[in-house]
Amino acid sequence: MHFNLSEEQAMLQASTARFIDQQYSFEVREKDVRLPEGFNRDTWATFAELGWLSVPISEAGGGFGGNAADTMVLMEELGKGLVASPYIPTVMLFGSLVDIGAPEALKHSLLEPLIAGQLQGAFAYQERQSRYNLADIKTAATREGEGYVLNGEKALVMNGAAADRLVVAARTSGEQFDTAGISLFVIDANATGVHKTAYRLMDGQLAANIRFENLSVTSDQLLGDEGDGYSLIEKVVNSTVLALCAEALGIMNKLTDITQEYTKARKQFGAPISSFQVLQHRMVDMFMACEQSRSLLYRTVCSVGTSDADRSLHALKYMIGRNGRMVGNEAIQLHGGMGITDELEVGHYVKRLMVINTLFGDADHHQQKLAQISLPT
Amino acid sequence: MDISFSDEEVAFRDQVRDFFKQAPVAEVTALIAQPDTYKEGTVRWQKHLFAQGWIAPTWPIEHGGAGWTPTQMHIFETERVAASAPDVLPFGLKMVGPVIYTYGTEQQKQRFLPRILASDDWWCQGYSEPGAGSDLASLKTRAELDGDHYVVNGSKTWTTGAHHADWIFCLVRTSTEGRPQQGISFLLIDMTSPGVTVRPIPTINGEHSLNEVFFDNVRVPVENRIGDENKGWTYAKSLLAHERTVIARVADSKRRLEKLRQYALKETEGGQVMAQDPVFRSRFSDIEAELMALEYTGLRVLAAQASGQGPGAESSLLKIKGTEVQQAIHELTIDLAGPYGGIINDSLTSGDIGHEFGDQARKDYMYGRATTIYGGSNEIQKNITAKHVLGL
Repeated sequence: MHFNLSEEQAMLQASTARFIDQQYSFEVREKDVRLPEGFNRDTWATFAELGWLSVPISEAGGGFGGNAADTMVLMEELGKGLVASPYIPTVMLFGSLVDIGAPEALKHSLLEPLIAGQLQGAFAYQERQSRYNLADIKTAATREGEGYVLNGEKALVMNGAAADRLVVAARTSGEQFDTAGISLFVIDANATGVHKTAYRLMDGQLAANIRFENLSVTSDQLLGDEGDGYSLIEKVVNSTVLALCAEALGIMNKLTDITQEYTKARKQFGAPISSFQVLQHRMVDMFMACEQSRSLLYRTVCSVGTSDADRSLHALKYMIGRNGRMVGNEAIQLHGGMGITDELEVGHYVKRLMVINTLFGDADHHQQKLAQISLPT
Repeated sequence: MDISFSDEEVAFRDQVRDFFKQAPVAEVTALIAQPDTYKEGTVRWQKHLFAQGWIAPTWPIEHGGAGWTPTQMHIFETERVAASAPDVLPFGLKMVGPVIYTYGTEQQKQRFLPRILASDDWWCQGYSEPGAGSDLASLKTRAELDGDHYVVNGSKTWTTGAHHADWIFCLVRTSTEGRPQQGISFLLIDMTSPGVTVRPIPTINGEHSLNEVFFDNVRVPVENRIGDENKGWTYAKSLLAHERTVIARVADSKRRLEKLRQYALKETEGGQVMAQDPVFRSRFSDIEAELMALEYTGLRVLAAQASGQGPGAESSLLKIKGTEVQQAIHELTIDLAGPYGGIINDSLTSGDIGHEFGDQARKDYMYGRATTIYGGSNEIQKNITAKHVLGL
């Protein structure tokens, strides 16, 4: 039993930390995030050079074949640096779905350019009415001859504006909330019949609503078996949730650190405000919120593939949502008036945390899921 | 990043599991539950563990321990709780014993350690005083040298089990010079010495476990002092960090939460089990997630210990979160008992009055308020963390 990083993981951690330290100051981030796509293509090319885009992709898919701990290490560091990148939509979602679902030829034709940093992807799963229910899908793929015709609208597609290709979850059979009957298709995001409306989220990233109007797709664009997409979605969403939680923990730790630094430097009543006990205890609460979250993150990483996996993951996303909110609020409060200025990095870290809370189920959602396991109805 | 057990550890787990299966757990638990037979049951259980060689498993082998690794200790605790077996009393085995084998003389080791291991002596802890609680170093009980004896005057309070005890380990003031911490010595005092009086402190759970202990010109041989005069604070401190990790009681909370879950599947309101009540579910899962995390916080501390780092300042985190979880469980349990949460059930059975756990829930809730106070209050733990971990 140990919680040490492997040699490779330690190297990955060091290289990510070095990149942020040397090339990715908060000023750079602020410039990048204001670009039309919400991230910088040159930064993305650096990701590719450093090998980060291949981390969770299997060796069979031409990737590094990393496990949950490898992804955790990378994401936590990216969180600390508040790195604006489409890593989640392109690699964790699109890349992984293609990796586990696509037939060989399609897989290689997509993953090779993806790992080289030349292809942007996105996963269009959510709809206006879905909230956090992954099976709430109305977008229809109707059989027509050898292929299908796609009609419907997807909402809040992360990286939906920049993506070259999309994986779309559409219903080939069943009713609106059924887990059976959902199929996944890889489509060209710029095909005729695909209409995008892009907008920004509070963390600076660009999302889009994407409408499909009589879009023809062939059956070789199908990932996995027809009607069996939900199991692929679950698998990929689970590893993405873990990655997001690692990113969130990196952010929470960064907020805790900069709050401590700020209170040591800030003087009021002739003393650094860090000497006031009432503030010290609040910072200890922030520290404990981070440590407890880290423990659950380790638990979830260690439980992948065991009977404790789902329970750990729900507990983790719940705690990250709840503790992340608390750490964010406290960080702003302890920075005083400066905490609500756009100039300081604090608010920007908090906004990314808030977006993470809304991805794939917020704290309340996962708390209920956890209760459903322990106290089944 | 790996929590799997080695083959040896799996074999060890099976051995421990088997031991608890054969052990007289139900018998001693029944004895311990009654005030009249509490001491008898406790000693019997500890002697059973002693016979197996597992009474002080983390002690070094040369002092009668089993030399277990932190992982083995974790396995043992998990199995103990799964078997609902009682814990050992910490005062001799986890507190003064390690101080004696670390800082004591050869003669002290030979005199005290075998009797601690065999549970022939019952120990209690003389730290807190009426005027020295969280500010422990301000203690005033005096020990003045008179020939080859100290003469001790003063009083100790919150002394768990003093009414059963044969010995008390005490922090006493031997000097008023310098910082308060510098004039403290560590004395072992025979409770049968003339001038020692014990007075019970009844607590809000309706039971008696705490006491005041008075010292009136009590003569203590100098050979009963541990280490150097005025260095007692150093010896005591090493023990405090350990005490905090003990207080977290993660395995015990897991068992209590599972019990609570079982109760919630039986208690009904409006014909529906309380396990389906949305507010209950939300409170339950909140505790559950915190406890799942705490379990791994404990393992992280263990893993750090295994690689040679002692329980340091992180033990404060364990103490704070561990006791918060315990109290949250107490609160939800007494609330689940509903109208039966207020009953006092001295001799009736659950069949007589229609409820199984209300009485115990009340006792646990009331006494459980102490958990965030003892072992250094949680506010003190936050001060320690702010200073030593965060460097504020």
